[in-house]
Formats: sequence, C-alpha cells, structure tokens
Amino acid sequence: MKIAITAQGSTLDAAMDPRFGRCEHFVIVDLETESYEAFPNEGVMASGGAGTQGAQFLANKDAAAVITGHVGPNAARSLQAAGINVYSMASGTVREALEAFKNGELPEVSGSTVRRHFGMGRK
Amino acid sequence: MILAIASGKGGTGKTTLAVNLALLLAETMPVAFLDCDVEEPNAHLFLKPTIETCEQVALPEPIVDKARCNGCGKCAEICAFNAILAFGDQVLTFPELCHGCGGCALLCPEEAITEEPRGIGVLETGWADRIRFIHGRVDIGMPLATPVVKAVRKRAKDTDGLVIVDAPPGTSCPVVASVKDSDYCLLVTEPTPFGLNDLELAVGMARELKVPFGVVINRAGLGDDKVADYCAREGIPILLEVPFDRRYAACYARGGQLVREFPKLQDGLRKLWLRIRMEVGGNGAGAACHQR
Ligand code: SF4
Ligand code: SF4
Repeated sequence: MKIAITAQGSTLDAAMDPRFGRCEHFVIVDLETESYEAFPNEGVMASGGAGTQGAQFLANKDAAAVITGHVGPNAARSLQAAGINVYSMASGTVREALEAFKNGELPEVSGSTVRRHFGMGRK
Repeated sequence: MILAIASGKGGTGKTTLAVNLALLLAETMPVAFLDCDVEEPNAHLFLKPTIETCEQVALPEPIVDKARCNGCGKCAEICAFNAILAFGDQVLTFPELCHGCGGCALLCPEEAITEEPRGIGVLETGWADRIRFIHGRVDIGMPLATPVVKAVRKRAKDTDGLVIVDAPPGTSCPVVASVKDSDYCLLVTEPTPFGLNDLELAVGMARELKVPFGVVINRAGLGDDKVADYCAREGIPILLEVPFDRRYAACYARGGQLVREFPKLQDGLRKLWLRIRMEVGGNGAGAACHQR
C-alpha cells in the first residue's frame, strides 16, 4: 500500500505541509518496501484546481491514502471518488506522520475541512 | 476609437473619469460606454441608463456519458484547469473550475463528452440619453469574470464613434481582456506610494499589450511628487491632474454627475480628450513612443 504525505521538503525528515492542494511536495511512501519518492507539487502554481490536480496526481500514483492538514471541498470530493482515504495531521515531520499512521493514531476525515481557496496566498 | 480607462487598484476614481468623459463627449459625438467591471459594475449608478436588452452569457460545460466512457483518462490529461478528473471508470467534473475550452470533448476517443451551455452571467444593453450603454455582470461566486468581460468588450466592434471601456481595477485577466486591442489607455492613479506601486503594474500591463497610454492623476495635491517623477523618468505623459475636492467626493457618493454639477471640470476633460487624440494621432501610430 502506498501512502502520500504533504510535505514542505522532499525527505522523510521534512516538515509536513498542512495544505493539500498547495503543498510543496508529495512524499509517497510504499509501506511494504519502506521506500519513498518525493514529487514537487505542480499544483502550487495552478491558478485554480490545485486540489483536484493533487487528487488526480495521487490517484495516478496509486496512493491509497494521504496524510495532510486541510482539504478543500473540490479536493475532498475528488479524493473520495478516487478512493483515497484522508488522514489528518497538521504538524510534525513526514516520518512522524508515518509512525502515527502505522500506530493508528490519526483520525480519518471525510469531506472538506476548509473553505475554498484556503492556502492560496496573495495572487 | 476605443479608449480604455484602467487603474492598478480600485478607488482611484477610474469610473468617475470614464463616466464624466462619456457625458461630456456625448454632447458632440456618438459615444458608447462599456462597463467591463463585471464583478462590481457601478457605472450605471451614475449614467442611469434605461436597459433594453438582457441576455445570458454562457460557457459550454462538459457532460459525461458514463455508458460510453472507457476510463482512458484523456479528458483529465488535457484539461489545463483540472476541472475534469478520471479515476478508473469514474469521471468527475467541476463546473466552477471549467473554462469551457471544449478540449476534453474534442479529445475524448469515445465521444462520451457532450457540451451544454451553462449560464455564468448576464449582458445588458441600453441607452443613457445619447450614450449607448453596455455592461455585464458575472454570477455571484463564479470565478469566471473574463468570459463575461469578453462578451461585453466584443460589443465595441458594433459601435461607431468613441467607445469608452471602463476596465475592472487591477491587472489580472479580466483587466487584460478589457484593455487589449484598445487604441489608447488612460491609467488613473493617485499621488501616493500605493498609487505609484499600482501604476507601475498597470504601466507594465499596457506595455505588454502594446496599447499606448497616458496617466491621469486624481486627487492631485494630496500626496507627494513620486508619481510625477516616475512618469517624467519613464517618458509617460500626464494628461490630466484632477485636484482633490471634498465636494467631488460628496457628489460621487450620491451618484451625481460631476461635469454637470461642476462645469469648470469640463475644460480639463476637453483638454484631456484633445491630448488623447493627439497622442493617438491620425491612426494611432504616433503614440507608440512610450513603449519600450
Ligand atoms: S471544457 Fe476545457 S476547461 Fe472545461 S473540463 Fe473540458 S478541458 Fe477542462
Ligand atoms: S476521455 Fe472520454 S472515454 Fe476517456 S476517460 Fe474521459 S470521458 Fe472517459
């Protein structure tokens, strides 16, 4: 099973990024092999649809779950349709998020946690 | 001639200038007024037109026929706006993200996508005395101002004489759509640090669009000389300075017509018009000199 974590950097020790659609990186960890890959999120620069883009990206990468902070309504709908479970964690490192997930400490969320365009800075 | 009136930010008196110039010039020539600020149209409050036609502005929206879809994902790949997603055999559409480009329907190998018009705003036309009046309004919550602006702006073609385009504030896509292909652009600003900063952005935009432009300083005397210095340095003509006057603000606040209530402003506006005509020259060729 593969799990994605939204992160501010590209390693396991990077800090988590609480934003889903506008996170800096997606770190995707394969729980069976314990290997990971990091991808810069192209949605950072998207003028719209960053959340839906992120969901499509994770679905294409076969992620079964994502650990992140805030998920907008469009992203939530997309992730749900893609069958990607969303777990909530707002701070800590990627490694800590993984541990917490493995220990079953993270709450699973369904639906949007924030209003539209959260995480979008000044345009 | 198409004259766009723009401003790097809101509240500089852009609409006031556009409206009063239209009122004055309509006395001697055919004038059309296009309010392109479709998110917050307000020129009608001053021109008080009688609206005669109202039509819907629509964008095509993709509708997916699940029975035909083979889940290839081509639609999601092509969409630049992430408005259509494909997860296996599930295709999701997000109308509020869709720009109606038609790319997905075109590329779908199964012809599973058809397009249906979806209303995103309205376009109204009418007359304010002798002024042909056209404005648009994008539906609330619809982040698609640009197509509505384009629908309004297109009407410039069907009108003779002078077309005054009141652009939205800022320098974003709807502003570009308003100013693009104009013969001249007036940039309205204030003599303050914020005014200067936003003016610089607006100048960048006008240069990018290759539309000749000049500056109008509103509320002159309230701030400093930095805007004037900047224009001198850049070789940008300052075509008019309107002094600050509390009575003008009061007139604006109750939707009054400045040129009617303060006839002494007419002179300045007439000179402004002459300067614009000089800048544009016979065919607009002479005005390109402020471009870099
Ligand atoms: S019409 Fe264009 S913008 Fe809309 S979903 Fe299809 S490809 Fe995307
Ligand atoms: S391109 Fe057509 S067939 Fe392919 S996933 Fe999209 S709707 Fe289905």
